[in-house]
Amino acid sequence: MTAAPFHLAGERVMLDPAGVLYWPAARLLAVADLHLEKGSAAARRGSLVPPWDSRLTLDRLVARVGFWRPDIVVALGDSFHDRDGAARLPAQDAERLRRIAAAARLVWVQGNHDPRPPEGLPGEHGDSFALGPLAFRHESHGRRPLPSHGDERAEICGHHHPKAKLPTRGGSISRPCFVADAGRMILPAFGAYTGGLDVLHPAIAALFPRGGRAFLLGAERLFSFGLAEIVTIRGGNQEAGSAVSSPGRQG
Amino acid sequence: MAQGRQRTAHELPQRFVDWFAGRGWTPRAHQLAVLAAARAGEDVLLVAPTGGGKTLAGFLPSLVELVEGGVTAGLHTLYVSPLKALATDIARNLTAPVDEMRLGLRIETRTGDTPADRRARQRATPPQILLTTPESLVLLLSRRDADTMFGALRRIVVDEAHALAGTKRGDQLALGLARLRLLAPDARRIGLSATVAHPDALRAYVGTPQTPARMVVAPPGAPPALSMMLPDSHVPWSGRMGLAGASVILERIAASGMTIVFVNTRAQSELLFAAIWRINDDTLPIALHHGSLDVGQRRRVEAAMARGSDAKDGLRGVIATSSLDLGIDWGGIDQVIQVGAPKGVSRLLQRVGRANHRMDEASNAILVPANRFEVLECQAAIQGVRAMELDGEPPRPGGLDVLAQHLLLMAASAPFRADRMYDEVRTAQPYAGLSQRDFDDVLGFVEDGGYALTAYERYAKLFRDAEGWIQIRGERVARQARMNAGTIVEAPVLKVRLGGPRGYTLGEIEEGFANMLSPGDAFLFAGRKLKFLRLREATVEVAEGGAGEPVVPTYAGSKYPLTSGLAARVRQMLHDPEAWALYPEPVREWLELQRQRSLLPGPDDLLVEVFPRHGNHFLVAYCFEGRNAHQTLGMLLTRRLSRAGAAPLGFVATDYALALWCANPPGDIPALFAPDMLGDDLEDWMAESSMLRRTFRNVAVVAGLIERQHPGQTGTRKQVTVSSDLVYDVLRRHQPDHVLLRATRAEAAGGLTDIDRLADMLVRVESHIRVARLDRVSPLAIPVMLDIGREFVRSSDDEDAMLAETEALLAEAMGEAEPSTEALVLAPGHAQELRRLTRQAGPRAKRSRRPERRPLSRGGARAERGT
Repeated sequence: MTAAPFHLAGERVMLDPAGVLYWPAARLLAVADLHLEKGSAAARRGSLVPPWDSRLTLDRLVARVGFWRPDIVVALGDSFHDRDGAARLPAQDAERLRRIAAAARLVWVQGNHDPRPPEGLPGEHGDSFALGPLAFRHESHGRRPLPSHGDERAEICGHHHPKAKLPTRGGSISRPCFVADAGRMILPAFGAYTGGLDVLHPAIAALFPRGGRAFLLGAERLFSFGLAEIVTIRGGNQEAGSAVSSPGRQG
Repeated sequence: MAQGRQRTAHELPQRFVDWFAGRGWTPRAHQLAVLAAARAGEDVLLVAPTGGGKTLAGFLPSLVELVEGGVTAGLHTLYVSPLKALATDIARNLTAPVDEMRLGLRIETRTGDTPADRRARQRATPPQILLTTPESLVLLLSRRDADTMFGALRRIVVDEAHALAGTKRGDQLALGLARLRLLAPDARRIGLSATVAHPDALRAYVGTPQTPARMVVAPPGAPPALSMMLPDSHVPWSGRMGLAGASVILERIAASGMTIVFVNTRAQSELLFAAIWRINDDTLPIALHHGSLDVGQRRRVEAAMARGSDAKDGLRGVIATSSLDLGIDWGGIDQVIQVGAPKGVSRLLQRVGRANHRMDEASNAILVPANRFEVLECQAAIQGVRAMELDGEPPRPGGLDVLAQHLLLMAASAPFRADRMYDEVRTAQPYAGLSQRDFDDVLGFVEDGGYALTAYERYAKLFRDAEGWIQIRGERVARQARMNAGTIVEAPVLKVRLGGPRGYTLGEIEEGFANMLSPGDAFLFAGRKLKFLRLREATVEVAEGGAGEPVVPTYAGSKYPLTSGLAARVRQMLHDPEAWALYPEPVREWLELQRQRSLLPGPDDLLVEVFPRHGNHFLVAYCFEGRNAHQTLGMLLTRRLSRAGAAPLGFVATDYALALWCANPPGDIPALFAPDMLGDDLEDWMAESSMLRRTFRNVAVVAGLIERQHPGQTGTRKQVTVSSDLVYDVLRRHQPDHVLLRATRAEAAGGLTDIDRLADMLVRVESHIRVARLDRVSPLAIPVMLDIGREFVRSSDDEDAMLAETEALLAEAMGEAEPSTEALVLAPGHAQELRRLTRQAGPRAKRSRRPERRPLSRGGARAERGT
């Protein structure tokens, strides 16, 4: 797998095709929208989808932690699908999280789905996490220019589950993606059952008024497209931002 | 006849005898035979051609019983039809004799369109005769008062039984009939059907597997008069739309009273409609009818057809898809024209029968082939009709997803015991062979998901009480189950609205197609050229007109593969030069040339041609097993060739042949087709294929795992829904033998991949493979070669390659990368994209790119390996 470098506020970060971000200078790994226990949350509402989503998500996360070996792991909020999610997490899945916390400083940034610290699990908790020029929060504050207070010059966030859809010779292909400009980076959702929102949807596009770039996740590498290019190749159909949630093709 | 009259007098009450006589009619022998069998307490299957008085035969026992036994309160007869419109129409037709004979009955319909107050009244005081659809029936059966509503039921009439059996709707109806047997043990069934290929299966479907229905066969009508008509002296090499035939089709419409022009797809109907109107100088009233048009529009066309061609605003022709295959007898149809290959004998007969309003008159039908291979197929179909060689799908086991839905709905009606339910469902023919394991797993799935280690015990939808009765957990679960009932899963569609917010709806197009349109694009729909304005909410707003060549919306699942019976005939006729006399001159020349340059495919062998072209090695296999089987074969051969180092580059499948091309020579051909390819390769490919994912989605929706999309749930909310693709991946990893995955594989092994058919062929041709090594393309290969670039088959493995290509293409177009030195072969659709890119987008993209250029490094272009 080949990660791609990207520069944010003068800092070089690596975009991992698995959907996590690694900041070598700080030895920090960021991951967004794990939505753990989304399966059991759906089951509670009467939709008995398979229960192994947390295991799959954590298996993938453990693999990325093992690869990058970070000192800090920041979960960018919506780490659990709902408030009781942590309590429902099966013991062996909680153990995976403890192993991560034993190897690195684990930081839970709060999200709209999980406004309180996960019960019974190790790690720090806060509504954001700042280090050097970079701020890590769940949802972008949406302001521009960036606030001058503190050292923050760029933000790294989750929340929107960005995906991008591209017409190709073999039909339309939709993939989760990073979307970024010089001062803002939105990570794709990492959770197994997470759907997505098209990058051209106004909720995302408004955060990049002067254009941005989407990095679509591939098996071995990322595929990079300017947002304007996506608008163009899709024929200016801005409102086609119908959210799609397949990892690969769209039905 | 005298004997017949005696029996009439004997069996029919005087009121009926008088009524028949008053109309100058005599009851037909099969109508009386149905009555006799019904009186003897038997289930009956009536097989009769269109126009054979089928409907009256189906209701005669009910009407006679109600007259002889007196009209009592309560539901006496339930009629189920696959079409809402048919139920409505039958109700109207039945009301006439019932009123004329003063029988004093209530006859009502109940469908999705029935208003709520009437539904409530129907449950409180049911009519004597209720006409409905399988979906509405199962909803009635899921009510807690189902036993009182159906307790007095005496007769069930299943119309168009042949069209329901073998489908998921048919599975659902069979389970509903099994439940009715329990609620009303005395109720007897009458199935009405057109001629069928597998009568024993249909008898068991209408009756039970233990006691199949008695079959009554009406005398066949006069054999249809079929002929083939070619577009003026020219027979196209390829293409399936048949537009070259527009002028001869118009001539035939002009020469006749009323014509139905049947085509195979909705896209074809739009194109042919446009082509005919372009030359319709006499402005003959010709309409369009397909399943995506607005219902009101379809009803108007049907009403105009019913008025006949002589009426002031009557019609002379209708271009239709399978939307007019079934249903109402209009009576006034003088001829049927089938454009494009009929694909099967039964299908063709069904369509031809639409022109037959009197059994003793021959139906007139004309076949218009769209290309050379279709000439062979049309001729084969004409012979197949003559021989009455029907080719329906063989009976298949009922879907486990439908069973899952049924179990939940039945629990919503009343508690049940597992062992008795197992016995009950096995009285339905599609589930006669259901194994205990499958039943237990389906029940387990409905209860709590049926996952290993029963992770969801506490969210179970069903629970077992102390005495072993299975109960539904609460009215909320029951309501949810009813809301999601039904077995038809449609691709998400958007309404097409003309003339702004106060305009009107023309019909629906698939969301995927709408997303590919940009403002100003022209497309053909509802017989008009429309300009795409914008997408608002779930509506596509359009205006009349638009510039440039219009595109045509396509719809998923609208292609039928060639049936094996017809394929065998084509192979036979191809092999036998004696039979070529039937073909027009250009086709004979084509085949003669093939005989000289290469070989002719034989009836029992497989011809594979290998030839070089443009530096690649081509391989064309004439399997004649239909497009779906060929696509599966193409996928499997690609894997095999890839392992053998032949570097396969692509393939294209038609109904008749498969063409595959590689960078290196393909090597030993017979070994390539060895039947063992259906082992691990098939498993691997199936699991990854997007086809299986689509199938899983349908299965998951029908089984109730994933709720249907609810209107209004759009935009950012969609992040929260769980997609079937993701569920599929998780389930496959953790419980590969889960009952829904088994159901998915069983369904995909059927029509979608035609694996059985492919397997049969590979075994049949083993050691009968003839290889023709040629120095150039053969005459027979031209049609499939012309399809290259028009068809594109994508496996999920290719997605990354497709994205990489698009990325490189964009970079090149935007001047961010050096022009590629590789020759690009573009599919037409992609070429259009590229033109659009280089035309309007360049400057715009440049402007917006500047701000992001400085601080950014280019991700994909300068990647570095992670540490």
